[in-house]
Amino acid sequence: MSELPGDLLFTKDHEWLRREGDGSVTIGITDHAATALGDLVYVELPEVGQDVDEGGDMAVVESVKAASDVYAPVAGSIAAVNDELADDPEKINADPFGDGWIVRMTVDGFDESALMTPDAYQQLLDELDD
Amino acid sequence: MPFIPHTEKDTREMLAAIGADSIEDLFDEIPAALRIDHLHGVPEALSEMEISRLMRERAHMDGSPMCFIGAGAYEHHIPTAVWDIATRGEFYSAYTPYQAEASQGTLQTIYEYQTMITELTGLDVSNASLYDGASGLAEAALMAVRANRKVKSGLVLLAPGVNPVYEHVAEAIAGSQGLKFEWLPVDATTGNVAFDQLPEGQEPVAVVMQQPTFPGTLEDVDRLTDWAHEQGAFAIGIANPMSLALLKAPGHWGELGVDIACGEGQPLGVPLSSGGPYFGYMTCKQKHVRQMPGRIVGRTNDLEGNPGFTLTLQAREQHIRRSKATSNICTNQGLMVTAATIYMSLLGTEGIARVAQMSHANTTRLVDGLCAIDGIERLYEGPYFHEVALKLHRPVAPVLETLASKDILGGYDLTTDAGCDAVLVCATETKTDTDIDACIAAYAEAMS
Repeated sequence: MSELPGDLLFTKDHEWLRREGDGSVTIGITDHAATALGDLVYVELPEVGQDVDEGGDMAVVESVKAASDVYAPVAGSIAAVNDELADDPEKINADPFGDGWIVRMTVDGFDESALMTPDAYQQLLDELDD
Repeated sequence: MPFIPHTEKDTREMLAAIGADSIEDLFDEIPAALRIDHLHGVPEALSEMEISRLMRERAHMDGSPMCFIGAGAYEHHIPTAVWDIATRGEFYSAYTPYQAEASQGTLQTIYEYQTMITELTGLDVSNASLYDGASGLAEAALMAVRANRKVKSGLVLLAPGVNPVYEHVAEAIAGSQGLKFEWLPVDATTGNVAFDQLPEGQEPVAVVMQQPTFPGTLEDVDRLTDWAHEQGAFAIGIANPMSLALLKAPGHWGELGVDIACGEGQPLGVPLSSGGPYFGYMTCKQKHVRQMPGRIVGRTNDLEGNPGFTLTLQAREQHIRRSKATSNICTNQGLMVTAATIYMSLLGTEGIARVAQMSHANTTRLVDGLCAIDGIERLYEGPYFHEVALKLHRPVAPVLETLASKDILGGYDLTTDAGCDAVLVCATETKTDTDIDACIAAYAEAMS
């Protein structure tokens, strides 16, 4: 498994979150989640402007064998969605932490300690492998 | 299909294996108040000979009346080959099979059905069918809520020409899921929607229209489809598939066409059979396919490059997505769809158009004859397909009873729906000039 980017925070549901310079956050699913789902064929994205609760349904990622909800790691409002996923959902498989981002949210601030550091998330993955 | 009951020995062994003394013991958790020891009106078990005799007697009581009733289900000639082929062992199953891809013939039949229905309705994709036309509307409304995400009102507006039974069923299925069904105003002279009284600013999620309408008129579906889209709503079109041989397909209504079409498939090779089983069809634009309920068969290539058929887009279905599935429909009306596919194949585009033309011509002969009788006139003016509402200058029920005593089912009593003494009549291609003239003569006598 490749190295986890150091500037990300993670959830136990295998989502990642990055703080951007303007105070917004970018969210996606991890390499582990994308690999477990297999080749993605469809991503259902939320509406821009939609408010989401922490832990609420935000998007759906669908592979040939499963469809899974993506939960919002923090509460906020959808500021942008990755429209390119509509035509090319496999971007998530190819580059989950980069071009495969799913949404950008504006947030009022959140409790970082509720999320996992790269080290903590790596430990979770190691435990799953055992 | 053989019915092989358990022997007493089987039952004893199964009870012993699970540690119950008797069947009573097995069911003793169910409170007595919830249990019944017999079915009301159903006698104790009869022998095969007794039951055959009883059923023959009951069937004989129906007789073979001449039917001029439509109102959503239509008598058409079904070539003998349709059910001869549909009931072959290879096809004879009510369900999409488990391990579906092992049944390539069944999947190909459904695929061909989907192709034919998309051609008839002028839309991109079809599912493998739903239970019937009425529940099809409920599914179409729920689908509109899922696909038209910008609109949160849950409000579904119905043109006055929508079959009232469909509204009841849609309300029963979707009313408890946050949807509201409201009727659009009717123009009393045309029976169609009153365009000058349409409500603005209600933010409906969908507008439903039916063509031909329940009382047989033709709605200005182009204008109504455009109005729906101007309101930010989905346009849902209900159409009798037989009428689409002559009328414009829902996919071409208005500037953009409807978003979803649905309706009753029974006219395509399924007998009236006292009301069922029938099947519902549903088609939509490609971009909404992931919100479409039910199964969809697709064509693909296997590992060796050979073409084959497969159930596709299953990840949105119940067996994978569980409680978040697109809908709780996880089967189709396989046998009815098989019959419809064979029916459409045998008749072809031209044959279906001839059936539709003959039905229109026969209805015209019937309506012209009836309207020449003193006390009968058209309820609404304007063009029609093969069904027309007539106003009678006396109560309808006794007239229909008189006709029934002569073995003629003279029409559907529209009095409650129309709010005046009215009857809905239909003469399909199954009626000869002699039949139609006999019906007209019986009305003339009953009205004199």
